[in-house]
Amino acid sequence: MPTYVIPAKCTGCGDCVNICPSHIMQFTKSGIFGRKAVNIEPESCWECYNCVKHCPQGAVQLRGYIDFTPLGGAVEVYRDEKTNRVYWTIRYRNGTVKYFIFPIRTTPWGSIKPPQEAPEPSKEMLRTPYLSFEHEKLGGNKLGVELPRIKVPEVVKVEVRG
Amino acid sequence: MVRTRVRYVDADILIIGGGMAGTGAAWEARYWCRNCRIILAEKANIDRSGAVAMGLSAINTYMGLKCKENTVEDYVKYVRGDLMGVVREDLVYDYARHVDSTVHLFDEWGLPIWPEPKTGCYVREGKWQIMIHGESYKPIVAEAARKALGDENIFNRVMVTHLLKSPSNPNRVVGAIGFNVNDGTIYVFRAKATILAAGGGSQIYRPRSQGEGLGRTWYPPWSSASSYGMMIEAGAVMTMMEARFVVPRFKDGYGPVGAYQLLLKTRISNVYGQDFWKPHLDEIRKLYGGKGNYVDLPITPTTLRVYAQRLEWMAGRGPSLMRTDETVKKGTESEAIAYEDFLDMTISQVVIWAGQNHEPSERPYEVITTEPYIMGSHATECGAWASGPEDLSPKKIEGLPDDRRYQYYWGYNRMTTLDGLFCAGDACGANPHKFSSGSFTEGRLAAKSAVLYLMDHSDERVEVDKAQVDSLVAKIIEPLERWERGRYDVVTGPSYMHPVDPNKMYWKQGLFRLQKIMDEYAGGWSTMYVTNEWMLNRGLELLQFLKEDFVKYAAAQDWHELLRIWELWHRILTAEAVVRHMLFRKETRWPGYYVRADYPALDDDNWHVFVNSRYDAKTGQWELWKVPVIHIVEFP
Repeated sequence: MPTYVIPAKCTGCGDCVNICPSHIMQFTKSGIFGRKAVNIEPESCWECYNCVKHCPQGAVQLRGYIDFTPLGGAVEVYRDEKTNRVYWTIRYRNGTVKYFIFPIRTTPWGSIKPPQEAPEPSKEMLRTPYLSFEHEKLGGNKLGVELPRIKVPEVVKVEVRG
Repeated sequence: MVRTRVRYVDADILIIGGGMAGTGAAWEARYWCRNCRIILAEKANIDRSGAVAMGLSAINTYMGLKCKENTVEDYVKYVRGDLMGVVREDLVYDYARHVDSTVHLFDEWGLPIWPEPKTGCYVREGKWQIMIHGESYKPIVAEAARKALGDENIFNRVMVTHLLKSPSNPNRVVGAIGFNVNDGTIYVFRAKATILAAGGGSQIYRPRSQGEGLGRTWYPPWSSASSYGMMIEAGAVMTMMEARFVVPRFKDGYGPVGAYQLLLKTRISNVYGQDFWKPHLDEIRKLYGGKGNYVDLPITPTTLRVYAQRLEWMAGRGPSLMRTDETVKKGTESEAIAYEDFLDMTISQVVIWAGQNHEPSERPYEVITTEPYIMGSHATECGAWASGPEDLSPKKIEGLPDDRRYQYYWGYNRMTTLDGLFCAGDACGANPHKFSSGSFTEGRLAAKSAVLYLMDHSDERVEVDKAQVDSLVAKIIEPLERWERGRYDVVTGPSYMHPVDPNKMYWKQGLFRLQKIMDEYAGGWSTMYVTNEWMLNRGLELLQFLKEDFVKYAAAQDWHELLRIWELWHRILTAEAVVRHMLFRKETRWPGYYVRADYPALDDDNWHVFVNSRYDAKTGQWELWKVPVIHIVEFP
């Protein structure tokens, strides 16, 4: 199956269940291991790795779709919201290992200023084509230029065919 | 008896779907309306949902107006050419002129966009694309939406299944109904304005992998065509559903090709290392040249490039090969770029390469065309027929009925032909190439317009009919009831395909039937994307059986399967629209996407038009008609 859970590591915290976009990481009915996570529908798995990235225990791992991926390779990931980096380890079937590190964000998590912190726009601006932050009156002009416009005729005549 | 709990939630604005378009709508709606109640329903978790759930390696739509890199007019020409002349130029121009401010917001929020220190702009991947480190694209954007709405107004894990209509006005949408996929609570959202941004459709055509890799479609398996399914059932006018999309991608993993082709300038060849385009140029020019001179545009239309590669393949010189051996050098930046392109958005491709010991610096890799997808945000334009903005759309088109099903403008930007229902992202048709940034922008446009609609209709009370709600609740849980009632009727062995039962159809059984019909009759990969009138009519006949079977036999064993079965319903309705549109358009306009073998050429005299349709759920009747393309930017 694309993702699988190592029961000895899984604490049943549910972070993977909470994040899975496909609704396929779910809890086992409690058995001899207690509550654990499980991929209930591997054929609906996109291999998006969100459960792997979000597991605090490293208990969720991934084995490529067996209908076209030879066994023995692996892609491992560690995503760190403190250093804002994602660390990839790629293990080839023949033993080759590649490492890559990429930034994931340039600002601290939680730092976005919500739109309601900008001054409230006047009602008249609703009838203009400007969106938020596109005009000095709307929290500044993030476009960097005046909003482009084009002249369009009010009435267009066409011939109907078919 | 399945026990249900029904919760009513009242709002000014309801946003359905929390992907790129839905989060954009959340941001903008809150900006313009500080004391509105704005709620968002998402069937997964907004932090990682929609098509950008995994991440993204590029932003494909950025004008660069402030650095004078492009003009919006040039962009409209490019998009129009890429779709072979048929796009709503008012809608394209509109999102394009706003898209830069969206990208600059992303930059400010912390999305790592590759800077170009020399110019102070961004590193260009291609003429319209810029590079990002996009692993956390979606959670960053979700943070903005969550802060705009407040977490108490975001309903994660609620699958919306149907739109609600006003009892006194059948053309007025007053919210939507759905259920929590974990505990089954039914939610009745009553809203004055509804923004539909529930994504495009995958898994309608048979994917190339049918085993464990079934979910490795290029567009995510959770893109269940719910935008289209809900609007079709509610009777909204749909447009260009025939322009469904096929895309060349690295084989099996469906890894993206953009950074390889555009940034690293990697060549695609046939297996003998030869060019795939030139041998077919004369034939393509003859059949698809058209009035727009499509073959000789500065950027060759996606569909023609796809078509040429397929001709090479069918001539026995395929598949196409991405010559990474010529551009990727081990241990250099080019290798990091090559791998990041996958790791940001299609990790599977690296998993496959690791398993196959594939070194891109040493060998080229196969590129193959995918199964078709129904979408409105890539090089394709399926979706709802929507009003354009006041200053860009012709107010009146003379020579046509005044009816909004033919016209371009009826007061509220991005409002569908149903009152109070707005569309954004994949849901909005005839304006392609939005991608992530354009979809977010369209969400913003729809939301601002929805706030204006609220203001203009402030004295209107939203009424929801109790009888309508009760019948929908019964309908939604019926597959569960059916399973409950008959759960001991049959005994079959364990199967990943569900039990064999003459009186039930489980989601995967129905899904495989749908995929087989669409693949074999409506131009899927197994027929090399070729179809004709007879095949389409036959496909339609088989789809009717499937539709009837769904109504009579759909079964689900738990809430999760109920989610899957309603996704299937949305896919079935969408599939029917696709086939009817393909039947109606008697030409081949996008040969790379499909060929109508009985009308193999482009016919600008008769078909330089939109095809619109409307479904009447009561009678089961479809109506299709042509709407002319109005060029607001000089053509050709």
